[in-house]
Amino acid sequence: MEIKVPELSLVLLIGASGSGKSTFAKKYFDKHEVVSSDTCRGMVSNDENNQAATGDAFDLLNFIIAKRLKNGLLTVVDATNVQKESRKKLIHLARQYHVLPVAIILDLPQSVCEERNEQREDRNFGGYVIRQQKQQLKRSLKGLKKEGFRKVYVLNSEEEVAAITHITREKLYNDKKDLHGPFDIIGDIHGCYDETIELLEKLGYQITSVQENGTNYGIEVAHPEKRQVIFLGDLVDRGPNSPAVLKLVMSMVHSGMALCVSGNHDLKLQKKLNGKNVQLKHGLAETIEQLAQASDQFIEEVKEFLYSLISHYILDNGKLAVAHAGIKEEMQGRGSGAVRSFCLYGETTGEIDEFGLPVRYNWASEYRGKAKVVYGHTPVPKAEWLNKTINIDTGCVFGGALTALRYPEEELVAVKAKEVYCEPVKPLEVSAEANLSHQQIYDDLLNIDDVIGKRIVQTRLRSNLTIREENSIAALEVMSRFAINPKWLIYLPPTMSPCATSDLPNYLEHPLQAINYYKKRKVEKIVCEEKHMGSRAVLVICKDEQTVLERFGIENEGIGVCYTRTGRNFFNDQKIESVFLKRVQEALTKAEFWEKHQTNWVCLDAELMPWSAKAQSLLKDQYAAVGASAKNALIEVAQVLQQTTKRNIEGVDELLNKFSKKSSAIDKFTAAYRNYCWEITSLEDYKLAPFHILATEGQVHVDKHHEWHMENSKEICLADEQIFKITPYKIVETKDEDSINEVINWWMELTEKGGEGMVVKPYDFLTYGTEGLLQPAVKCRGSEYLRIIYGAEYDTPTNMERLKDRGLSKKRSLALREFALGIEGLERFVRKEPLRRIHESIFGVLALESEEVDPRL
Amino acid sequence: MLLTITTTHKNASDLGFLLHKHPDKLQTVDLAVGKAHVFYPESSEEKTTVALLLDIDPIDMVRGVRNLAGKGFSLGQYVNDRPYVASSFLSVALAKAFSTAMNGKCKNKPELVEVEMPFEAKIAVLPAPRGGALLIRKFFEPLGYQLAIERHVLDEQFTEWGDSKYYTVTITNTLKLKDLLSHLYVLMPALDNDKHYFVSHDEINKLLEKGKGWLENHPEKEQITKRYLINLNTLSRQALERLNEGDEQHEEEVTSAQNEKKETLHQQRLKLVLEKLKATGAQNVIDLGCGEGKLIRMMLKEKQFQQITGMDISYVALTKCKERLHWEEMAPKQKERIDLFQGALTYKDKRLEGFEAATIVEVIEHMDENRLQAFERVVFEFAQPKSIILTTPNGEYNVLYENLEAGTMRHTDHRFEWSREAFQTWANRVAQNNNYRVQFIPIGEVDEKVGAPSQMAIFTYGN
Repeated sequence: MEIKVPELSLVLLIGASGSGKSTFAKKYFDKHEVVSSDTCRGMVSNDENNQAATGDAFDLLNFIIAKRLKNGLLTVVDATNVQKESRKKLIHLARQYHVLPVAIILDLPQSVCEERNEQREDRNFGGYVIRQQKQQLKRSLKGLKKEGFRKVYVLNSEEEVAAITHITREKLYNDKKDLHGPFDIIGDIHGCYDETIELLEKLGYQITSVQENGTNYGIEVAHPEKRQVIFLGDLVDRGPNSPAVLKLVMSMVHSGMALCVSGNHDLKLQKKLNGKNVQLKHGLAETIEQLAQASDQFIEEVKEFLYSLISHYILDNGKLAVAHAGIKEEMQGRGSGAVRSFCLYGETTGEIDEFGLPVRYNWASEYRGKAKVVYGHTPVPKAEWLNKTINIDTGCVFGGALTALRYPEEELVAVKAKEVYCEPVKPLEVSAEANLSHQQIYDDLLNIDDVIGKRIVQTRLRSNLTIREENSIAALEVMSRFAINPKWLIYLPPTMSPCATSDLPNYLEHPLQAINYYKKRKVEKIVCEEKHMGSRAVLVICKDEQTVLERFGIENEGIGVCYTRTGRNFFNDQKIESVFLKRVQEALTKAEFWEKHQTNWVCLDAELMPWSAKAQSLLKDQYAAVGASAKNALIEVAQVLQQTTKRNIEGVDELLNKFSKKSSAIDKFTAAYRNYCWEITSLEDYKLAPFHILATEGQVHVDKHHEWHMENSKEICLADEQIFKITPYKIVETKDEDSINEVINWWMELTEKGGEGMVVKPYDFLTYGTEGLLQPAVKCRGSEYLRIIYGAEYDTPTNMERLKDRGLSKKRSLALREFALGIEGLERFVRKEPLRRIHESIFGVLALESEEVDPRL
Repeated sequence: MLLTITTTHKNASDLGFLLHKHPDKLQTVDLAVGKAHVFYPESSEEKTTVALLLDIDPIDMVRGVRNLAGKGFSLGQYVNDRPYVASSFLSVALAKAFSTAMNGKCKNKPELVEVEMPFEAKIAVLPAPRGGALLIRKFFEPLGYQLAIERHVLDEQFTEWGDSKYYTVTITNTLKLKDLLSHLYVLMPALDNDKHYFVSHDEINKLLEKGKGWLENHPEKEQITKRYLINLNTLSRQALERLNEGDEQHEEEVTSAQNEKKETLHQQRLKLVLEKLKATGAQNVIDLGCGEGKLIRMMLKEKQFQQITGMDISYVALTKCKERLHWEEMAPKQKERIDLFQGALTYKDKRLEGFEAATIVEVIEHMDENRLQAFERVVFEFAQPKSIILTTPNGEYNVLYENLEAGTMRHTDHRFEWSREAFQTWANRVAQNNNYRVQFIPIGEVDEKVGAPSQMAIFTYGN
């Protein structure tokens, strides 16, 4: 006997104790696939035969089975399973996870079972137990199919068991993962033959009349690029020529030119043709009338064809799912009555609306699956993507259009209906907020489930990144209390690591280490940019308000936004913000940025000065406070100590010396922060220094080198030098000592003048070394600037020595993860993914920012 | 950073004996995070000055003490005013350098201990946040001191930043040295309102010991205690209780009389919310933005509420809420009635569904106005409780707050404070769009012109 089980099934081994179930399971299935009641008994009670533990053991058994089935894994249940009640629970589990149940019965003679049990030391139940089990099994045998088992195999003797060589695993009918297309997926046809032909021709199919051969109905369809059609069902009813549509589709399916899934109308026709009593409503009457002249043979072929249609297909390595009315993630690639019914009818709430139609539940709004789902069934005015799903039934038979989706191009091709063949019962839904797309309307509100708890975000640059729950907790608070409208937040900048500490006695940071980070990793060309001391600002600027609406789904919030590294509004004053953004927009227009980059929007990464504009409270509460308290205290200290020196007390001179050094350190400290402060009296007191053109329509510019970013930023700056500041930079060849020395001198000059320092980047935005992605940038800060970071007296020799002992690995790891997440956010936005997908990345950056790292780095 | 004490007592050089520190030597004591130096800038029979100079190592300070002043893990931990001001560091140094004098002992001239002498003490610099010069006076003057106070600007180059919280303070008085030292020991950190080490129960004892004989009768004892035992309400309550021992009854009368007169606005608001909530008949309720759970604790006492849920965006607030509820020790039956979780009112959330009533007390004004649209959908469209009781300040009333500068709001985190009209327009629109009825009730005493300080809207589902 050949035993075949579906690839994904729940296999119940049924047989009395001692019938050899465990041995059988071990022989034909993987160890993880077998879940045994005895093992579970052992786990919960330390005794595999402890009958008192049966309740707990089966709780565990069911739990394990449920988890495995949820994860799409074939599972074998090794328990006696001779009672109907125990099987019922398992069949219920199989149905719950849309998995096919299979029964393999080991109905061996009582003597064999008894003998085997006797050989086992741990089994000492009497023969009556086995006798009872055998009887229960006997009673069960007949009804197994009825209980819901898809397949039932009975092995009656040791010989029959021995004759089994292997168990074949069959692919499910819906598994067409090995078909990769390209496909043209066509929505509900409903007998609209002419439109179908027109659409196929528009899609590039050649339709020719050929000799009828029994399966082709005289039609041959071909495509020069070997494309394949997928029909989404509902071929018949309501329309003018259902038989012709059937002939066309059947011919294409027979020749392998097309796949077709079943629709609810197709099923109903099948039932009618099979003599079932169905009402001739919703257009079935027309079909039956049209088929009145058809030959009996054709009717038979139609019946056979409709019977062969299955509910859905999984294609292209699981990246595409097609079904008449759609399919939820947990049902994809599975089989059960519930799956079939969902695919045919979709999800309904059970209520009936005012037109007498079932109220549909929009399952797509909750869809989170990886596969794209293409479906039809409910006519919509316009085919639109929502959470990777698209309904392409544009109501041809109701006078709409017949639409096809080209896959993988995701291009929509449609032909208009030639006439209204059938009046719709209810008018096609016209969206209330016609300004916004389905996705935008849906995205209006984010769901908490998409951000809380432990999360794993897939990024292109660094694969899977884990966000810990405690970080999500922190990020949720910041995001919802302080951040701007999440629709604007398509990017957050990563943290930046400083260079390793310098070996030179007077420097904590020195350019040599920054350069060496890349040099050591065989990066030959780097870019050194002046680091402005302001506040990090991300700008999203649109060419016009129309773009804001269309691309960002935002209304009445101006033409753009300027936000901080934690997603807060940069400007507290809305008026100043809008004037500022207008200036930036005008500069972009003047620089012909929109034309040059063929875009209507841009995301810029920049530094906005002065520091005092955004960090006012930090400056007042911390920096100026330290300066004021120290200065005034030290004035008194100096007076008192000077007075005391007159008394010639030993040690006081040294003390005076020590404290006058403190005093001069404080003076330098105050001078350092003052460099980055100036009063804002007009808009032009702000200075914006862009350094990355992060993204424009269709592109995230991480494929460009930093020279490109600097030059293109410069072009914008030149358009309005009143508020823009060009960032000076130098390109350095890491093998060229002169080039290195030149940039070190440049850094000296900059920092001696009070500059913050510089940022060193690899020439290419994304640069890989043997350890993978390299730091996108490393900063090297000036000695005086560091005073405000490490404290006024950080540079005394003893302090310096202690401070040089600092670890960078955590900071660097964070910088890379945040970088990957930030870029992921932009890439998802550019790919027009749902907001929650963009938000997930941005939320991740914010969450990582709550990690504890030495803030001085 | 620096404390000098000068006396013109005859003989002034007795100060050296009293302090047990030789006037012609520089003496240094070790502190946990640095040193303190004691020396005499002046020493004669007519006038003697002793100086106590803090020499704190800022790097040690960071390394040794985590969570400095509760500021958490931020740059403030590394660059701060601690080494330069008179703070608990200075008190510790005081106690360590002059321990014998503080304890009222003097080996060589024991008779000096009880002698009242003229003293002048100068502190450079003393921080006095939330109170300033007035508070300094309130703390010292009742003890008989005369004060000279000099306030410092933050940065003379940026005069627009205004004054700092730092003062150079000179206090003069005639009293026993040990009393002067005790006053300084308690009052300097109390003014500073910041602690360098974790405040523990030990601190209560220190405070009571050093405050003995003067703090019980100080008119500002409550504030001194609270600020000294910074941020630990329970500790300061315990300390106050112990301070008040003996005249408990009197104290109770005073406070209850005060309570009747000045029931705070927030208490009035919560009472009204609770009353209206009860009137809805709801049994299963949620407090959106429950904070530390004041309202939840009130609900808990009401039998009507069988299921009480609290949600807040702040995890810290929720933790405090649990503490206040004594969550860990709570009886299981009571615990079953309560559920607390973190959530945000701008995200759609299944956990918010299915409640009969929701309270949203002083929450919406903490959201940017353009985020309210999301809030409305989350609460009114999806969570859709049968009743919603929502309160927010009435901005019009602000003119009656004397301390409030014109055009500013009551709380720095408030994004808006609506007028009555603005609130009603908003609430009416939200009600209309979401099939609710709405009614408005003022909270607090109603002023004829500007209305009540706060306002309430009660939404009921179904038109």
